Amino acid sequence: MSINRRQFLRLAGVSTVLGVGGASVLSALTGKGEAVSQTTPHFTTDPKAITGKRWGFAIDVRKLKTDEEYQKCIKACNDIHNIPEFGNPKDEVKWIWKDTYEHTFPTVTEDKIMNKELKEKPFILLCNHCAQPACVRVCPTQATYKRKDGIVMQDMHRCIGCRFCMAACPFGARSFNYRDPRGKDANGMPFIKKENKEYPTRTIGVVEKCTLCYERLAVGLLPACAEASNGAIVFGDLEDPNSEVRKVIDANYTIRRKPELGTQPSIYYVIGGRE
Amino acid sequence: MKNAGKVVIGVVIGFVIFFGFPFYYNIGKANVAPKLKYDTPAILQYEKEYGKKECVESKAFMSAEHMQLLNQWRDAVVRTGDRIYVNSRGESFHMSLQNTCLNCHSNKKEFCDKCHNYLAVNPYCFSCHIVPKEKQS
Repeated sequence: MSINRRQFLRLAGVSTVLGVGGASVLSALTGKGEAVSQTTPHFTTDPKAITGKRWGFAIDVRKLKTDEEYQKCIKACNDIHNIPEFGNPKDEVKWIWKDTYEHTFPTVTEDKIMNKELKEKPFILLCNHCAQPACVRVCPTQATYKRKDGIVMQDMHRCIGCRFCMAACPFGARSFNYRDPRGKDANGMPFIKKENKEYPTRTIGVVEKCTLCYERLAVGLLPACAEASNGAIVFGDLEDPNSEVRKVIDANYTIRRKPELGTQPSIYYVIGGRE
Repeated sequence: MKNAGKVVIGVVIGFVIFFGFPFYYNIGKANVAPKLKYDTPAILQYEKEYGKKECVESKAFMSAEHMQLLNQWRDAVVRTGDRIYVNSRGESFHMSLQNTCLNCHSNKKEFCDKCHNYLAVNPYCFSCHIVPKEKQS
């Protein structure tokens, strides 16, 4: 016995309808997929969190007089974020560091005649959290991305260690973990001197950098370097004309690193004006 | 080849005994699910205060879905900036593997590793997230 085309199509149609209907009837009977909970689980922001549109710093290097004051800011960051010390400049991991005027502003060193005090002044450097970050444009996995509060964030979970961002960043603000930060040196000393148990370390093969203490802002604390700087590093929202950082910028002469590259750095260095 | 039939039977029996060894050797032994320990100081303290042991979600959900939940937590905290998890009971928790999960489950060896080793999975959470110190067991 054979069936003709009409019978086949009828059979196929009926069995499809039964199949689809059957599945929905079955799931309705077993009651699966319907949560019995009172609340739908969801995520919210901590009410203590500090929020802004574009975070930035105004760094008054005149207020940083001694090396101890610089080191205090650097140490505050290093201790909180479990920054390893490899003891080798090639492997160095740095989020915030100190450098000379020539290295900080290499494109303006052509000035042969200039203020000696400024030329010999060390500067404190960190990620500029650019408004147009080059690193974000080149990252193939979106491991580094721009948050809506202006922080150029580094997601260590997603970083594949390609180091495109390091090549793209004009400020040398990114470090690669060539070695395991959890490891030990030849003398058996761990690279991370004292672990902060509340913050993770990184692993070998990821790029890391300053995250503008996003984890501290989220619970209502100021960035560690600003807190330790005794007023030399002023933190605030650059988009808010009434913020403290804008008041400092309005009242003083400031310069930014390599502004001609168009990345719009968010770190302003106060070099003159009212004390 | 007078005894070809017997030889073939012998070979088959030998094959079954040899290759079947792992199966009958492990009868009754394998597939014993690991017993997890919920007796850390933080958990006992919680039990004392609230009269029960409970995680951020039900035990069945946590054992089946904790990896998805942790991934959602990671994305919420790192990428969206949301740090508070409101669970199905309406309670709020600070989303942090290192500071919330491991605060109660401070026994990684007796808790995380037990199941992960049993299932031969090797999550790399702890190559960055710091595990609390515990006694060698």
